[in-house]
Amino acid sequence: MALLSKKDTNLITDPLADNNPITIQVLGICSALAITAELKASLVMAISVMFVLGAGNVVISLMRNIIPSKIRIIVQLIVVATLVIIVDQVLKAYAYELSKTLAVFVGLIITNCIIMGRFEAFALANGPWRSFLDGIGNSLGYGVILVIVGFFRELLGSGTLFGYPVFGDPIMKTGLYSTGYENNGFMIIPPAALIVVGIIIWVQRSRNPALVEEN
Amino acid sequence: MANKTDSNVYTVVFAAVMVVVVGSILAFLASALRPNIKENERFEKQQNILYAMGVNENGDDAGSVNFIPTDVVEDEFASYIKEQLVIQGDKITEDNEAYLIDLKKQLAKIKKGEDYKLPVFIGEKDGKKFYIIPMYGKGLWDAIWGFIALDDTMTVQGVYFDHKGETPGLGANIKMRYFMDDFKGETILNGTQYAGIDVAKGNNDPLNNTKDDNEVDALAGATITGNGVSAMIRETVKLYKPYLETIRAK
Repeated sequence: MALLSKKDTNLITDPLADNNPITIQVLGICSALAITAELKASLVMAISVMFVLGAGNVVISLMRNIIPSKIRIIVQLIVVATLVIIVDQVLKAYAYELSKTLAVFVGLIITNCIIMGRFEAFALANGPWRSFLDGIGNSLGYGVILVIVGFFRELLGSGTLFGYPVFGDPIMKTGLYSTGYENNGFMIIPPAALIVVGIIIWVQRSRNPALVEEN
Repeated sequence: MANKTDSNVYTVVFAAVMVVVVGSILAFLASALRPNIKENERFEKQQNILYAMGVNENGDDAGSVNFIPTDVVEDEFASYIKEQLVIQGDKITEDNEAYLIDLKKQLAKIKKGEDYKLPVFIGEKDGKKFYIIPMYGKGLWDAIWGFIALDDTMTVQGVYFDHKGETPGLGANIKMRYFMDDFKGETILNGTQYAGIDVAKGNNDPLNNTKDDNEVDALAGATITGNGVSAMIRETVKLYKPYLETIRAK
């Protein structure tokens, strides 16, 4: 028996393409704008969200039959906040340096609408295993966009990738900078992310016109 | 979905049980992990103070920030930091636990007009004396803090900045070496006035060759965090001015 049925595989692959959480479901835009000035931050955020969304989806899915519908949003919020705080505290006690790196992401993870969005849309109606796959798939789809945006913003805005200079030294005017090239300061600030995400959406929809909404 | 989950009684009971369960888990976790976390925070403070006076494991390249390893930091701290002082009004006393003073609480006391304590650490390396002063201020989203090491000419020998929640890739870069290293050699004096050091956008000196302009180059996309750093240094210098006057070589 295969580990994943075809339906299950789709849970992972769909969010990577035609059901991408950022470009199609328009979830998680805020963090996609906020933390993509550097590739490293994008990657850390993507991995953190994968943990939280994977685990959170399973917990919510296990509780789905006992959660009162009237207060389900609050319950979801408590579950995700509890998970994040537990991880944060454990890291602080046993992996302090790692926790320092992740500390700034904690608030961004709790408020990430992708997490509440997937709890609400999927985990409340599906079993734990499928919810787990859905969580992993959606966080992968989210991560892919974050990394693409982070790649362009860091490359064009700072001339570096993962902090390593790609184009030479902008201050000493070496490499590409000796020809008069300048870093684009606009790419550093969040509106640039909106434009990059917009271009991704445009490319994706022109390649697959079925995704274009009628209105 | 079953009907019972829609009733008010069920909803209230569920909410109550959930609060109790989640509350107990978090309370248990917090008290179980507290000793470990406290210890880590203590080591971190020692590492930060030593970092500001140049006791760290940084390589020569302008790469990443490398602290003294945690397993030796206690001994190193004891050997490099010769004196820990507490300034309380006109009184200066020695206190070996001065580094545990929480500056945030002391600043709150100042605001309320209560008596407050200001810690200073005197370090010695290669026969040179360092006066290390803690700082605390606010960035864009949350607290920022750090340490600044001065010599008796009021020239900065090193700084360390940290933050709670500045934006990764933008304001969070105040704890990157390329930013902190710029402060080295700058003076906090403008003539004989205590001025501090501004994180200036229009500095036009990206290599930071001019060391007497009380300015370092700002970070792109992090204006408010940078202003926070400027304000933090300015306030700290103001606060410690009476003490700095007593140690300044004239």
